[in-house]
Amino acid sequence: MDALFLHRLHFAFTITFHYLFPQLTMGLALLIVVLKGIAIRRNDERYAQAARFWARIFAINFVIGVVTGIPMEFQFGTNWSEFSRRTGGVIGQPLAMEGVFSFFLESTFLGLFLFGEKRLSRGMHLFSAFMVWLGSWISGFFIITTNAWMQHPVAYRLLPDGRFELTSFTGLLLNPWAWLEYTHNMCATVVTASFVMAAVGAFYLLNKTHLESGRIFLKIGVIAGLVSCIVQIFPTGDLHGRYLAKNQPAAIAGMEGLFHTQKGAPVVLMGQMDEEQQRIDNPLPVNDVLSFLLYGTTKAEVKGLDQFPRDQWPTTLPLLYYSYHVMAGLGTYFMALMLVAAFLLWRGKLFTTRWVLWPLLLSFPLPYIATTAGWMTAEIGRQPWLVYGLLRTAQGSSTHVSAGNSLFTLLGFLGIYSLLSILWIVTVYRIIETGPLPAQAQTPEALTA
Amino acid sequence: MGAVWFWIVAVMIVAYVVLDGFDIGVGILTPILARSEHERRMMVRSIGPVWDGNEVWLLAGGGTLYFAFPLLYASAFSGFYLPLMIVLWLLIGRGISLELRAHVDNHVWRSFFDGVFFVSSALLAIFLGAALANVIRGVPIGPDSYFFLPLWTNWRTGPQPGILDWYTVIGGLVAFIAMAMHGALWIALKTTGELEIRAQQFARRTWLALLLATAVSLPATMIVRPATLENYRSFPVLFIVPVLVILALLSVRIFSSRAQHLRAFLASAAYLAFMLVGACAGLYPVVLPSSINPAGDITVAKALSGTYAIHVGLLWWIPGILIALGYFTVSYWLFRGKVPTDSEGYGH
Repeated sequence: MDALFLHRLHFAFTITFHYLFPQLTMGLALLIVVLKGIAIRRNDERYAQAARFWARIFAINFVIGVVTGIPMEFQFGTNWSEFSRRTGGVIGQPLAMEGVFSFFLESTFLGLFLFGEKRLSRGMHLFSAFMVWLGSWISGFFIITTNAWMQHPVAYRLLPDGRFELTSFTGLLLNPWAWLEYTHNMCATVVTASFVMAAVGAFYLLNKTHLESGRIFLKIGVIAGLVSCIVQIFPTGDLHGRYLAKNQPAAIAGMEGLFHTQKGAPVVLMGQMDEEQQRIDNPLPVNDVLSFLLYGTTKAEVKGLDQFPRDQWPTTLPLLYYSYHVMAGLGTYFMALMLVAAFLLWRGKLFTTRWVLWPLLLSFPLPYIATTAGWMTAEIGRQPWLVYGLLRTAQGSSTHVSAGNSLFTLLGFLGIYSLLSILWIVTVYRIIETGPLPAQAQTPEALTA
Repeated sequence: MGAVWFWIVAVMIVAYVVLDGFDIGVGILTPILARSEHERRMMVRSIGPVWDGNEVWLLAGGGTLYFAFPLLYASAFSGFYLPLMIVLWLLIGRGISLELRAHVDNHVWRSFFDGVFFVSSALLAIFLGAALANVIRGVPIGPDSYFFLPLWTNWRTGPQPGILDWYTVIGGLVAFIAMAMHGALWIALKTTGELEIRAQQFARRTWLALLLATAVSLPATMIVRPATLENYRSFPVLFIVPVLVILALLSVRIFSSRAQHLRAFLASAAYLAFMLVGACAGLYPVVLPSSINPAGDITVAKALSGTYAIHVGLLWWIPGILIALGYFTVSYWLFRGKVPTDSEGYGH
């Protein structure tokens, strides 16, 4: 294992683990605002109780998100120092703005939201929930602006010593790639939160406990789930895919497993990539669809990997191909499941239809997998570049941090994050098992700390 | 502009140390001051709504450092690789124990997280102090502006030091004692009854230790990096900073013995702030001194981002930080006064 590989694995592992938490909290923050809003509008204590219940789950996930997020910012410097030195002049800007504009907002209003229900008016408490949501979504925007610049660099000047200098602040923030990536990603957080909420609801109904809460969770989860699953595919996923085809054609060829340039290119639904032979084994192709999706006509020519020099092919090509297929396949399944569930909800039959409640319960891990696979698609597709077309991944790591040191801390993170996973399962399961409680029955100790 | 951003980053670090300083202090003191589960709960609750926001100053300061001085960020973060990773692990331990300790009503669970909270807080204080001492002492910066420091070598300062040597250990101890006292003053301010009295007495005892540690650390700094005095000699007005350090420390003693908790706490905040300001004033315009040769020093000019970026940065940083100060004012005002001892109030 060489140092570069370990630095990559270090970042890949810590970011993958970290993002399991914000993808829930960012979506959940929105759903909590919805629950609190309904509670106040209809003066319905059941919804207030639901909001309180989800706030407890939110708090655990938020804290794990925070403590696993700090290593992300540090790692730019610790493991990717050459990258930091060269790009700090550009992407340091959104990263610093994230801290100043989002983290202060988020943490302050989370404190007010979790600890202040009795000190604040109902309207102010709703406002705090809203600000937590706003803060977390602003945070998402700045971090995605950072990533989008690496995917599609804009508004920069390259200096002779290899450093990048910012030339337009608005150009950086209005990077089209950032907005496409942002909408697609934020919508995905609502998918995750909806599936988790619906799953807890399905659990209560199947388990015949907390029936009333279970129905509320299912209702909100399925409605939000349907909307977000559709928006996830069209327009956000569709637009993102087209923009990707235009600006990272090698990435899209890798994602689709298209080795050879072709008119009327097919979408391969399933199949195993054989990188050595440059083909897909046991393919299930649907002809012309890829050409149509990317260029709007079935006859359009789609560039295959053969159009690109070998040293510009995405590295770990099969993983890119599988990540993309997992994301797209699961996304399609999500929409189908939510369509069925929403139809039954509309007909008033969802709460008693066990063959739909079971898949809703068991599907909650899948959005996590789909989102992770989506990010793997974006990040592996960007390879072999750190800054697309300008700075290679091999040029960005910390040359003075040896492979052994990187492995040492990677193992440390593996150990600590294993422990965090166990603690997460234990505490979240306990909250779900206890279920929503009336306001008086809540001991502050169970919520605070 | 370089000087502006130097002091902006310095102010953010000061804010972090002053604010998270008392959180860390509370962590150090939980096993010492609290005699019962109720008292431990009071202590943890006193920082419950604010600790996360306090910690944000570290993140926001780090982000600003990355943006304004990319070379410093790259060099220091990769060079201090191991201690920074340990700091990250300690921050994880603190955050998790604060959030999770009350989730399961069981002695073993709570004791485990109390232990994690104490150990991570204590080590964090020591590491933060040692980190600052490393920046004052200097590191062996190579011709490519990079370096890599082991955790320790022979415990001596010199051209090839480790992260820990006799000087940085002193720095760690000063931070440890100062944060413990800072935390005790906070507890005295936020709690009632026996806990308040115990915290007040503890603060007075640590005060003496802090006075001694400070008295050792200042001459030690002159020995380790004599250049620190250059700025002071050129601008004698700067000598007001060490005078303010001493005045702040004396005020802590006076206010604390009169049980004027808020004033004592603010004086302790001023002590921490002036210590850091004094260190920054001694460093400027260097941001990371070389222990091998002064030409290798990383300076403000060498590390500063492009002109356009730092000008635009000022346009958002000033309103951004004013808004953030507004949040802090609201939050501390709303949770002002003593922590309620019943289940009312801070619950939701």
